[in-house]
Amino acid sequence: MMQVNELQKISAEVRSDVIKMIGKAGSGHPGGSLSIVDILVTLYNKVMKVDPKNPNWEDRDRLVLSKGHGCPALYSILARKGFFDVEQLWSLRKLGSMLQGHPDMRKTPGIDVSVGSLGQGLSVAVGLALGAKLKNKKYRVFAIIGDGEMQEGQIWEALMSSIHYKLDNLTIILDYNKLQIDGPNEEVMSLGNIRERMQAFGFDVHEIDGHNHEEIYNALSAPVIAQKPRFIIAHTVKGKGVSFMENQVGWHGKAPNAQEIEKALADIGGTTI
Amino acid sequence: MTNMKSPRIAYGEALVELGEKNELVVALDADLAHATQTALFGERFKDRFFNLGIAEQNMMGVAAGLSLCGFIPFASTFAIFGAGRAFEQIRNSICYPKLNVKIAVTHGGVTVGEDGASHQAIEDISLMRSLPNMTVIVPCDAIETKKAVFAAADIEGPVYIRIARPVAPIITKEEDNFEIGKAKVLKEGKDVSIFATGLMVAKALEAAVTLGDRGIDATVINIHTIKPLDEDLILKEVAKTSKVITVEEHTILGGLGSAVAEVLVEKGMKAQMKRIGINDTFGQSGDPEQLLEHYGLSAQNIVKVAEEMVENLK
Ligand SMILES: Cc1ncc(C[n+]2csc(CCOP(=O)(O)OP(=O)(O)O)c2C)c(N)n1
Ligand SMILES: [Mg+2]
Repeated sequence: MMQVNELQKISAEVRSDVIKMIGKAGSGHPGGSLSIVDILVTLYNKVMKVDPKNPNWEDRDRLVLSKGHGCPALYSILARKGFFDVEQLWSLRKLGSMLQGHPDMRKTPGIDVSVGSLGQGLSVAVGLALGAKLKNKKYRVFAIIGDGEMQEGQIWEALMSSIHYKLDNLTIILDYNKLQIDGPNEEVMSLGNIRERMQAFGFDVHEIDGHNHEEIYNALSAPVIAQKPRFIIAHTVKGKGVSFMENQVGWHGKAPNAQEIEKALADIGGTTI
Repeated sequence: MTNMKSPRIAYGEALVELGEKNELVVALDADLAHATQTALFGERFKDRFFNLGIAEQNMMGVAAGLSLCGFIPFASTFAIFGAGRAFEQIRNSICYPKLNVKIAVTHGGVTVGEDGASHQAIEDISLMRSLPNMTVIVPCDAIETKKAVFAAADIEGPVYIRIARPVAPIITKEEDNFEIGKAKVLKEGKDVSIFATGLMVAKALEAAVTLGDRGIDATVINIHTIKPLDEDLILKEVAKTSKVITVEEHTILGGLGSAVAEVLVEKGMKAQMKRIGINDTFGQSGDPEQLLEHYGLSAQNIVKVAEEMVENLK
């Protein structure tokens, strides 16, 4: 099993990729990509069973990045795991690229579900988990949702159905970075006490530091409580790893310029372009 | 006497029969299982039926997920709540990734009846045909509904089947062949071509009889597949008559009439054309037959429109 410092190294590499990709593309969502890096790195390097040489392997674990705008982080990890050539990363958002602005399962090896319209991915994850039960498959389904995304009514429909159908093969991870586009969740539309709400729904609730690989790993790999889907509240920092982006609403959907890229990469300690 | 049967009853029965033959078929509903008749499937195959509650958007996503596991999901609710409420879920979660989900909705059109405008989908065909990868089928009777269900399961990719609620005349035969995308000429004529879909096919046939008595020889074509549209047949038929009437239980904006007009105009086909449908207004409560009559979706009105068209050209 990989050591924590190794995961930290990979996370830094992914963060550098994210900055370079969005920088080259000239558009994208750095804030919400950087906040999920440690979660995704732990998932793909320590938890999920996937085969980069056989991306459609029937028994693989599935990931649904319901907050699809965070895809640069996922693309970087998939490329570095060998699902496709790392060079492809620099074509992000360009005409004809296999890496679309939001994930397209028909274009990108390793993308399990097409997402982008907030609130929809979690329902598909519920369907995948339901299908696994019906087929007696042992794979797990992971869904990452945003805190702003939780304001979508469809999220609550999906939460309800995951409890109703006792989908203990489903793990929902909330990227709780407290920010969305127009401001903090609390100002735009408060989410209340999420822990209490999820406990009241009947989830196996875990609350962690979403940048601590060990805590992430422990929450993801804790023994399954029969018939209970898992809900992990991962406290994160939007823009994590880049000092001037951290906790800044303005860095939700803006590409860094050349200077900012240099500064960001220096912060991360990654390699330059 | 014509045999009568509700297409939605036929849907429920067909789904069970399909479920017997193919264990990958699963059904989903949103608290309307008794109205849409998926309850029949639910009783027969308890573990392959999922009621998602009154949550149509989630239902479409769950259906998408099940299809990704290799299942063939049939998701049912009323047309208005499927194509309407969950439009964007159908677009982004089903059609964009071209998933093998069948959206079989009942209660299409004004023949929903007494429940009124809020429950009468009259724009769903337009919405669904605008989506890439989507196939759109509107069966004309109970027999064709069953065939549509089986044919939809046979093709890979999203299909929208719009099924009517009321008891309706059976006008096709078990032995008739049904192929998605292939329109059917039900009666040959030389004076005017009537293209109809859904329950309006029976009305068009009825109109053709009256027209015949009055010396007007009408062709009646059943357009059961709105998309892909049988362009070749449409062009061939219109070439014979140069007079076109479309009849649909749907707004005239964007449905069958629009689809046929698009083909004729783009191919430079000179023809006189009238679209019979709901004329940019909402429905209302009433007895289904009375409503059809009120909105001009009756054999009588088709006759009137055809006569005017033929008279004008004399
Ligand atoms: C249905 C829908 N509405 C609006 C948007 C536009 N949008 C993209 S990201 C975003 C904010 C998301 O906030 P959050 O879920 O908290 O994501 P994060 O903070 O992790 O970036 C919005 C409104 C969208 N993609 N989908
Ligand atoms: Mg957020």
